[in-house]
Amino acid sequence: MTSAPDAPEQGFRLSQLIYDTRYRSLTIQAIVFILVMGGAAWLVDNVIQNLNDLGKDFNFSFLGQRAGYDIGNAIIPYNNDMSHGRALLVGLINTLWVSFLGCVAATIIGIFVGVLRLSKNWLVARLMTVYVEVFRNIPVLLWILVAIALLTDVAPSPNAYKVNQQTGEAQASMLLDSVAFTNRYTAIPSVHFDRSLGSLDTALAPISLNFLALVIVLIASIWVNKRMLTHAAKVQESTGVRPTMWWKSALVLIAPVVILAIALGINPEEPQIKGFNFTGGTNVSNSFVALWLGLSLYTAAFIAEIVRAGILAISKGQTEAAFALGLRANRTMSLVILPQALRVIIPPLISQYLNLTKNSSLAIAVGYLELRGTLGGITLNQTGRELEAITLMMLIYLAISLSISGVMNVYNNRVKLKER
Amino acid sequence: MSDTQAHSVAYVRDTMLPQQPAPAGQSGAVQWLRENLFSGWLNTLLTLLGVALIYTLVMHFLPWFLHGVWDANSIKECRTIITDRYGEGATGACWAVIRERWHQFIFGFYPPELYWRPILTFLLLFVAVGPLLFTWVPRVLAWFTPVYPFLAVWLLWGGSGWTPLMIFAGFVLGAAILLVLSPRLGSIMAFSIGAFVAILYFLFVVGPLIDGLQAILPWGLESVDSAKFGGFLLAITLGVGGIMMSLPLGIVLALGRQSDMPLVKGFSVVFIEFIRGVPLITLLFVASLLLNYFLPPGTNFDIILRVMILVTFFAAAYIAEVIRGGLAALPRGQYEAADALGLDYWKAQRLIILPQALKISIPGIVSTFIGMFKDTTLVVFVGLFDPLKGIPDFIRADFNWKGIYWEPFIFVGAIFFILNFAMSRYSMSLERRLQRDNH
Repeated sequence: MTSAPDAPEQGFRLSQLIYDTRYRSLTIQAIVFILVMGGAAWLVDNVIQNLNDLGKDFNFSFLGQRAGYDIGNAIIPYNNDMSHGRALLVGLINTLWVSFLGCVAATIIGIFVGVLRLSKNWLVARLMTVYVEVFRNIPVLLWILVAIALLTDVAPSPNAYKVNQQTGEAQASMLLDSVAFTNRYTAIPSVHFDRSLGSLDTALAPISLNFLALVIVLIASIWVNKRMLTHAAKVQESTGVRPTMWWKSALVLIAPVVILAIALGINPEEPQIKGFNFTGGTNVSNSFVALWLGLSLYTAAFIAEIVRAGILAISKGQTEAAFALGLRANRTMSLVILPQALRVIIPPLISQYLNLTKNSSLAIAVGYLELRGTLGGITLNQTGRELEAITLMMLIYLAISLSISGVMNVYNNRVKLKER
Repeated sequence: MSDTQAHSVAYVRDTMLPQQPAPAGQSGAVQWLRENLFSGWLNTLLTLLGVALIYTLVMHFLPWFLHGVWDANSIKECRTIITDRYGEGATGACWAVIRERWHQFIFGFYPPELYWRPILTFLLLFVAVGPLLFTWVPRVLAWFTPVYPFLAVWLLWGGSGWTPLMIFAGFVLGAAILLVLSPRLGSIMAFSIGAFVAILYFLFVVGPLIDGLQAILPWGLESVDSAKFGGFLLAITLGVGGIMMSLPLGIVLALGRQSDMPLVKGFSVVFIEFIRGVPLITLLFVASLLLNYFLPPGTNFDIILRVMILVTFFAAAYIAEVIRGGLAALPRGQYEAADALGLDYWKAQRLIILPQALKISIPGIVSTFIGMFKDTTLVVFVGLFDPLKGIPDFIRADFNWKGIYWEPFIFVGAIFFILNFAMSRYSMSLERRLQRDNH
């Protein structure tokens, strides 16, 4: 039996810190740590010194002061006597609102365009290619500016929708009799309830109880539906026959909400021209519409490409295999193609949502007051606290981004291919 | 067998019939139309809708384009000419604004007699990036690539000719020390010493040296202030500069994120995720409002440089993610083979990993660049004259051109489209080429 000779006993030498791989990573990390911390300390020191020189301090008490400016598009109650903090909140909610609506519209348009681009119809496929290439290759700022220019320059004034007494007709006509684009705002129908359950006053905003009731009923129906589907799956497992579910599901999902809505006396309120303005519906400011349109059309071009790539990524063999197993076309789609395509589509789709949310800060171009407009705009200018306002604004955007990508990671882990 | 067959039938044809053309409905334009446009009721409907859409758009915009006026000095004059020519109520484009102001869209307020400098810089850009992007460009030109950034800055901003030379000399000095010392001391020590000497040189030597040389032998170009930059000159400068500077930083960040060292990895992840998590606009505000807080009191430097630094950070975070994808796409065997050959970390990265990873990442880098180039328009919000909003707003401030919207939009949009479309086509062709290489 042989034994390996012991390594020569040697004391620790300083050069081992660099040349010995056991210690080298520690050395490098120590150096990196010192450099980064040193750099950070230098920056912080500079900030303290600069703030001292300017006679400023670093605190967020300005958020409690009176804001003194108006926000035209506030979703939650707001007036200029409220605090800067409240204005921030209004801005944040506006950011989230325009981003949410933008994501919804971009997804719908994107799916349409992406699918149509794969169509066998030569003309339609070409048209969609043109759409995608034109919108993808031109900055989103241009699309937002085009939208606002269209709305303010080309759209008629509200007056033009007035029916002329002599001729009996108006200069401009409303889209589908319910939407009117004017050079000051866009009038859209709103939902009105004849019977109100009152409203719940919270610190944030009064919540209409009607709305709350509808949401609760909807959630309850979805839960019941899920229970029914689990039950159906159980029956199928034990007997081999799946009970017909579609009409039961439809009934459970739709009927309660519809019945409740009718009981509350729901009716759409269409905008009517009265005097010089539209009343009745909701008047949405043009800056919001322009921002929303620009962002949705631009992002939709990217989403269309993602959808197309996702569909193309599923090989034809999958469809053929599903047919060979005897699955019908719709079940092939829902059980074989879609789950696989979604795995390819969803991650880049969510990163597009992220981009859209970040791009909503371009509201500065049209004067829509969202987070950047309130906290990073007027509040910053009025209080002169650039450091606090911009830091806070970046942290809020970061929090939004990180929570969206957190959702994405959870999803990715759930649908990840389970490999060896 | 064929023998018996031949005997049992009375007549066997032994020549081929001449080929017949396909039936009229099955070939040519008719068949193409039937297959591609009218193959079912849904397709027919879509085709009709498409035709209707094109018809409406053309009917709406064609007259406007055709009635365009190139020869006028104000928007009012344009409108008079159009009314005179095409009657009351006719609309038309007023391209005269482009004819009169095209130089502002392209060069901003750069002195007209010096236009050759940005043009030369732009042309040299292709010489510099040619060897990297196209295989048919002679490799000899690659020596020009590291020189280009210094030359470009000097050509664009002008100033003493010694400045770029001496700054370049600093890099050469660092590289020379690295090359001389690395066989004796190993790459890490040699790199540290080289970097240290170069930093000392930049901090203490380069300023007096340039002043001294300039005093002895003055030569240089007329200097141009950053405030004169605008239009596409500004957009391309920011875009190209940002990408060039962000590439090294992005590679370092990507390697850091892939590193086994938890601290290095942590710092890289924090930096990348922070930058990617905030809109570019907030970073630009940092450049214009906050950078002064973070630097020693009294420091005040050029707004374009400040914006460029933040744009570089922004691009670096995205490029790091692209390159990380490239690194992850390399088969594990490449890393193991490099280890088996006994290469140290940097040699393995330089000789085996990065050349392959970067090659895979080029399409991603190109699309990052397209995105960045589009995003350079946001600098208008920190007071610079971008071609999309800054310059048109400036032109509209002139009473003659008050209220002109569509012509600048179309002109600038078309240029953006052409440049970006060309780049995206290039990246697609590259993707195809690389795909063939790998299989």
